[in-house]
Amino acid sequence: MFTVISFMFAGIAVGYLLRSKKIRFIHWVVTTLIWLLLFLLGLEVGANETIVRQFGTLGFEAFLLAAGATLGSVVFAWILWLAVRNKTVEE
Amino acid sequence: MKGSLIILSFFATGLLLGIFRWLPAEILHLNFSFYVLCALMFTVGISIGNDPNSFRQFRSLNPRLIFLPLMTIAGTFLGVIAVSLFLKNRSMTDCLSVGAGFGYYSLSSILITQYKGVELGTIALLSNIFREVITLLLAPWMVKYFGKLSPISAGGATTMDTTFPVIVRNSGKDYAILSIYHGFVMDLSVPFLVTFFCCL
Repeated sequence: MFTVISFMFAGIAVGYLLRSKKIRFIHWVVTTLIWLLLFLLGLEVGANETIVRQFGTLGFEAFLLAAGATLGSVVFAWILWLAVRNKTVEE
Repeated sequence: MKGSLIILSFFATGLLLGIFRWLPAEILHLNFSFYVLCALMFTVGISIGNDPNSFRQFRSLNPRLIFLPLMTIAGTFLGVIAVSLFLKNRSMTDCLSVGAGFGYYSLSSILITQYKGVELGTIALLSNIFREVITLLLAPWMVKYFGKLSPISAGGATTMDTTFPVIVRNSGKDYAILSIYHGFVMDLSVPFLVTFFCCL
């Protein structure tokens, strides 16, 4: 599992060493690889009949998780907002 | 928004090809996607290391707001834990690894598929797309009731690209640098936190 992360660190090192040269096409490579991987994910999901049958349920669970995650982070950002704003008023 | 539609259409094309068996599923057994994933992580790394702004941008930041990514992480995890109590057939760590995508649906769904299988990977893809869409749609409402930092937290890892324009429009130009800083930190945290929760 940590192979994946070490690949990222290797990339950061290479990118940093080459920082004098702008590697402009790298974003294009990233995007293409992401497209390819999501295509493969779709293929894998589609070939799996159990998951295809449950797709609606999975979507609903995904929505609940997204709503919880968004609401939680919004409330925490609000706490920081109130704290920072009050301090600015005191000064 | 356009980016997520393209991503979704690639996923949907694969889905249809898989359902109707137009492509032999054997290519899945070759572990092909693992090698593509390693290549992806390597190129993501290059793009971080190669960007001189990556490390410079943050000096002009209000020191108190440096903690915003931590608030995003804490809030996301608490929200996801609350939801996981209602999802009886999902473990809390599964839910947390989905939440740790912070809207970075492409990378998180790919990683989770690799670690935990296609089912949770699909949930991660959909859930993190929903998070981005919720932020895009509700940003004005968030600013009104929860202050100017809230759409930045809601946007998670997407605040330096897809949700950036909406944040600047609703929170104001003063929050542009914060938004980029936040997106950068969250982007970096995704592979680590997702891997962490998948390994638990």
